[in-house]
Amino acid sequence: MKRSEIRLSGSGGQGIILAGIILAEAALLEGKNAVQSQSYGPEARGGASKSEVIISSESVDYPKVTDPSLVLALTSEAYTKYARGCSAGVVVLVDDSVNTLLDEGVLSLPIIRTAREELGRPIVANIVALGAINGVAKLVAPESLEKAVLNRVPKGTEDLNRKALHLGYKLIAESNS
Amino acid sequence: MLLLQGNEACVEGALAAGLDFYAGYPITPSTEIAELLAAKLPRQGGSFIQMEDEISAMAAVIGASLTGAKTMTATSGPGFSLKQENLGYAMYTETPCVVVNVQRGGPSTGQPTMPSQGDVMQARWGTHGDHPVIALSPSSVEETFWLTIRAMNLSEKYRTPVILLMDEVVGHMRERIEIPQDIGEVINRKKPTGDPKDYLPFKPDADLVPPMASFGEGYRFHVTGLTHDESGFPSGSNKITGELIQRLHDKIDRNYADIVQVETEHMEDAEIAVVAYGSTARSASRAVKQAREQGIKAGLFRPITIWPFPAQELKSCLAGLKHVVVAEMNLGQLILEVERQVAGAVSVGGIMRADGELITPAQILAYLQEVK
Amino acid sequence: MSGEDKYLRSNRLPHILCPGCGHGIVMGAVVRAIEKAGLDQNKTVIVSGIGCSSRLPGYMDFDTLHTTHGRALAFATGIKFAKPELNVIVVTGDGDALAIGGNHFIHSCRRNIDITTIVLNNRIYGMTSGQFSPMTPQGHLATTAPFGNVDRDFDICELSKAAGATYVARSTAYHVAQLTDLVSKAIMNKGFSVVEAVSQCPTYYGRRNKMGSAVDMMNDQKASGVTAAAAAKLTPEQMVGKYVIGELHKAEAPEYTARYHSIVDSLKDKEMK
Repeated sequence: MKRSEIRLSGSGGQGIILAGIILAEAALLEGKNAVQSQSYGPEARGGASKSEVIISSESVDYPKVTDPSLVLALTSEAYTKYARGCSAGVVVLVDDSVNTLLDEGVLSLPIIRTAREELGRPIVANIVALGAINGVAKLVAPESLEKAVLNRVPKGTEDLNRKALHLGYKLIAESNS
Repeated sequence: MLLLQGNEACVEGALAAGLDFYAGYPITPSTEIAELLAAKLPRQGGSFIQMEDEISAMAAVIGASLTGAKTMTATSGPGFSLKQENLGYAMYTETPCVVVNVQRGGPSTGQPTMPSQGDVMQARWGTHGDHPVIALSPSSVEETFWLTIRAMNLSEKYRTPVILLMDEVVGHMRERIEIPQDIGEVINRKKPTGDPKDYLPFKPDADLVPPMASFGEGYRFHVTGLTHDESGFPSGSNKITGELIQRLHDKIDRNYADIVQVETEHMEDAEIAVVAYGSTARSASRAVKQAREQGIKAGLFRPITIWPFPAQELKSCLAGLKHVVVAEMNLGQLILEVERQVAGAVSVGGIMRADGELITPAQILAYLQEVK
Repeated sequence: MSGEDKYLRSNRLPHILCPGCGHGIVMGAVVRAIEKAGLDQNKTVIVSGIGCSSRLPGYMDFDTLHTTHGRALAFATGIKFAKPELNVIVVTGDGDALAIGGNHFIHSCRRNIDITTIVLNNRIYGMTSGQFSPMTPQGHLATTAPFGNVDRDFDICELSKAAGATYVARSTAYHVAQLTDLVSKAIMNKGFSVVEAVSQCPTYYGRRNKMGSAVDMMNDQKASGVTAAAAAKLTPEQMVGKYVIGELHKAEAPEYTARYHSIVDSLKDKEMK
């Protein structure tokens, strides 16, 4: 793998930055290089937030995303700002709450709803999203991603997060069938 | 192996180099440095204090350093402006300390969460009066770790404040870093050895650096921001004034080879040199690689030490060069120094950006394709 | 040796202060108070900012630090926090401490860090030849108040008390024995202490405001400085132009460096367990 660029977006407080960190750490666990960066407004909550991850078997020079292979948007604002107008061939995942006009080929999935309804914890939507992302893009081995998730989440929430990750993979499996 | 932010790596480097004391004031995008040290310093018996403002944080660091502590403060644009007067005090009183500036968009409050390299000239000339400056600029998380150690070492060795000039991209990005057990040489300031009664706190040794006693050791010496003679007391003499300012410059200039570091890529046969530092050098590195693939003879010249500017190294690359281009996240700062140093020997151009976005490799490549 | 001989750098004398200035008297009181408090000369640091009063540490034989304008307390905080075993005394003026340094002043009070601050209040910027300070009374003349000072002054001691200082006192250059006693008590207080020392500037303040000679100005200190007991018997109208001298406030509160180091110790204990 030469260089994969992933852009995760949502609103501040949705755990987008943590999701990027986990993805980058999963890549490191496999001996790859990874850079995670973010951009956000002055507010800690709300506003459109973006977390970018670059995974490469070589060293990463330019640390930002210019040619993404996958873009995730959890809110309409994030979709408009960071995901709309991607070239063909870019996988675009959005939460099904995104209620703006979507480009052709965008994959709409019930990420937040799954976290809320199946796990009772909307806060783990970012982990559901990670499962979905890796399910579709196969960036890292599932075991690496699970290990990276468990390394970062608070003690006592391991089962919840493991379930969230698997539900994310399941969303992709179901959308393919 | 860890995935760390540049700001986190700065903290790890400072602790590895023996940081005893940190005083700071919260400001984006450097706050993680204060937050981490608030948790880490007390665990190892060190002192962390959040002061009432940026000015007092700089002052507290100098006061602590005079008791023998290794000290650091971190800030960003507006805070760096506020620290300037006391930064000059540290320089004039030859008090070691490290000042980290994680550059953000300015002027004024500007763009607190966006990167810039707009403080390059402020780092050089921010405080009033004639003074030398040491400023280092890391391009990666790992380099931030090592340059923080180096900043502490240089400040102790030369009794001078050292500026670590980061930018928001390097401060906030996370990447792989390995922190070794053995970090190599850790330098501590030179102490006086004679009878305290005969101690002259500003009498330099042959290396132009005066040995430094600490408050509370019985030397009972005086420190002032006024022009002072070797005894430390104020002097109104023109001769002493001129000699002191000259010595402070010589202290840095004569140790240029020890202080200045650069890194080059593909400069051996380059016809076009891209001068870039900090995060911008990462874009330049990629653009140079891409240019080479297209047969354009480009090279990267990356000052790691920004001040003193690596003039000798740049001049030694000039033979064979047709053009030098400076890429920086401002509207033209280090380019002024590059132009001054090459002084017409070769044409100089700039790739500049001050919109809060990192210069892209594509931007630099397009320039190289045009001037080749 | 007496306090003056032991604690002054006699080779630095004579000082730069004007004839009749009250600051030398206050400096004498400070060194006698240091002697009375029994401080180790090698473990005592005197810190100042910028101004006439801030030149005093240069004449005092301790580790001494003459800093930037207004910032003496911030430098002193760094010294005390880095090496709590040092005795730290700040010598500052009304402009230095309360105008440009006002923020550091109130926050030093709030932290209750173990520093003794002597504010030499001569109600004027003397070093720059007579601009008004935050302690220049309304209506008084200064080079930057040629038609009478528009600003109001404030009460250093009330400010200190409200901001959290645990020892607050006031005296004058005239009441030098009392001043010495109060400074020594301030030094003994484990916390942030403020002593306002009313001093006279006959050169730039007294002359412009027709207050007579240095002796006249010290006689004014004698008449204006009243004890709390005497003040209690005076009506508010009778108190105009007068001020209470003596110990004005004492309180118990955790000292900053001690509190920090109790956290350091508790972390050490946890790590050992």
